[in-house]
Amino acid sequence: MEFKFDLKENKGKLDKFRAFISENKEKKGILMPVLQKAQGEFGYLPAEILEVISKDLKVPISEVYGVATFYSQFSFIPKGKNNISVCLGTACYVKGGEKILEEIESVLGIQRGGTTPDLKFSITPTRCLGACGLSPVISINGKIYGELTVKDIKGIIKDYR
Amino acid sequence: MLTLESLKELKEKSRPILEERLRKEDKTEVRDGNIVLKGDYYKKQLRIALRNFEIIKPDDIDEYIALEGYSALGKVLTEITPEEVINIMSESYLRGRGGAGFPTGRKWAEAFKYDSDKKYIICNADEGDPGAFMDRSILEGDPHSVLEGMAIAGYAIGSDQGFIYVRAEYPVAVQRLKTAIEQAKKYGLLGNNILGTGFNFDIELRLGAGAFVCGESTALIESIEGKRGMPRTKIYRTAHRGLWQKPTVINNVETLANVPVIFQKGAKWFRSIGTEKSPGTKVFSLVGKVKKAGLVEVPMGMPIREIVFDIGGGVGEGRKIKAVQTGGPSGGCIPEKLMDTSVDFESLAKIGSIMGSGGMVVMDDTDCMVDIARFFLDFTVDESCGKCVPCREGTKRMLEILERITQGKGVEEDLERLDDLSETVRFTSLCGLGKSAPNPVITTLKYFRNEYESHIRDKKCPAGVCQALLEYYITDKCVGCGKCAKNCPVSCISGKVKERHVIDAGKCIRCGTCIAQCPVSAIIKK
Repeated sequence: MEFKFDLKENKGKLDKFRAFISENKEKKGILMPVLQKAQGEFGYLPAEILEVISKDLKVPISEVYGVATFYSQFSFIPKGKNNISVCLGTACYVKGGEKILEEIESVLGIQRGGTTPDLKFSITPTRCLGACGLSPVISINGKIYGELTVKDIKGIIKDYR
Repeated sequence: MLTLESLKELKEKSRPILEERLRKEDKTEVRDGNIVLKGDYYKKQLRIALRNFEIIKPDDIDEYIALEGYSALGKVLTEITPEEVINIMSESYLRGRGGAGFPTGRKWAEAFKYDSDKKYIICNADEGDPGAFMDRSILEGDPHSVLEGMAIAGYAIGSDQGFIYVRAEYPVAVQRLKTAIEQAKKYGLLGNNILGTGFNFDIELRLGAGAFVCGESTALIESIEGKRGMPRTKIYRTAHRGLWQKPTVINNVETLANVPVIFQKGAKWFRSIGTEKSPGTKVFSLVGKVKKAGLVEVPMGMPIREIVFDIGGGVGEGRKIKAVQTGGPSGGCIPEKLMDTSVDFESLAKIGSIMGSGGMVVMDDTDCMVDIARFFLDFTVDESCGKCVPCREGTKRMLEILERITQGKGVEEDLERLDDLSETVRFTSLCGLGKSAPNPVITTLKYFRNEYESHIRDKKCPAGVCQALLEYYITDKCVGCGKCAKNCPVSCISGKVKERHVIDAGKCIRCGTCIAQCPVSAIIKK
């Protein structure tokens, strides 16, 4: 599915973001923090923004893409308003994390890594949320839900609809 | 701005306030002069890295100071030379808690040796092992202990700049660190002219972006430099040429949290804990199929059995423990019969696992070891950075074989092929990720070969995990209610009302719906 990035609508954010770049561009190794800032500001990394970064930092666009595609935190499609991270670490895996993920996929009708067309939900499988004592866990917008069973999922998602 | 004098005064003032709060909350007690958490879970533990965890308020620097916080830094800066700091560190024989166990004193000595206009201290807080959350807990529960450790390290090697590379998946830890750094700067415990001694040391946070390989030190350095996190060819040690080609010391969170205590209580005290070659304690995150999951800090040398049973309470009712997995994707599965092995760097390496960062995942008889090996390989394939061929291609081929086996398509030669590939990947990969990636396969092949053989020869999964190898079967407990047949999505169950039903194994998609529906638990997987 295609998501459009509207430069005009985002002008305010873009100006703020470019100001951040110009304040920091002399710092060493600033590309990662800039990409993180962009992701935080726009919710993802639109191609248009990557070009702005390339020009403002004077780093070839190939290198910007190289770094952005390397790290799994960076997304090239928008994240939903509610981002559901599903932990697939070892502790969660042995306690049925995969089944929880499958249930969320079927409830929302999208695959892992995807975003619903209405931009309300996205599913991000993560390696370990570090809440292994509560496994299996998911986190929605940073809030942790632990000791889950497949039956809990519908109710939890309903609260965010 | 604090001086040594006013730091002491602040300690005297804060201590009674803290004690009063703890008395009211009544979750702590005093043992051997130290404030510790109450309860059976903590009786067998000895907490050094976690000494303040869940005792002090992490966002209140005064409470950290009340419990001797920053006193070690004060002592180091005013009483001893950098050489002496390094000597004490070497004497304590503190070894890196991130996994490899390299002696911290030697790292510092190496970086001290080189002259340079700039040197760096990096705290590796990119805790990536799935099933491990020791570092997160220290960062969230006691961030100042890490900052203090870094400042001491900075003084020792002659560095004025530190970086903390922390996972973006830990938003609370990031926030706590930010707060802690601000507070320390306000008190003059970080920044310029620390405690009025003329020593400068600043700390900057850098966030990771979800790449497991960035826990490897040279990959982490590349990432801070703003590049893809790919490990370097190790021509130079990072202590010689690290971040921006300057001498750099990288220590793990737990290692750094140990540092201030060593300078408070001395190297001799530290060496009296643990074993001769692995002194001190280690924090484990005891998780998986264990009754009381949580953080456990014990002296090195404690048998695994004692940790899992005496502290963790063993596995659930009616279940049998099968294995304990240590060291995450780089570690191995330790079978029940070897659970009297003591936890220290050497003993764990001897049985094919590693200490790792401290993940300890307990598995019972419902976990399939072939599937666990597959799970870890799936992880490594995903996280391999792709720079060197053995890791990029080798782990992928291994995963394909494991997937075949778990789907019932394995052949006899697969085991030999797995053995061969494991050796090649282990000996020829560029960095620790690749070198240790075959460990889960090697250990499961060694200790649980019979499980592989049942998958390949009998096409059975003894633990009942691998879906493709399971056959659903209705036992004579069936009361003939018909619920299973009604709910089966592929209508493969037939039978008359009040008579035993039958599943057509050829049509069954093994979805498990019938098991969930059956009111008398008559349906089993075999």
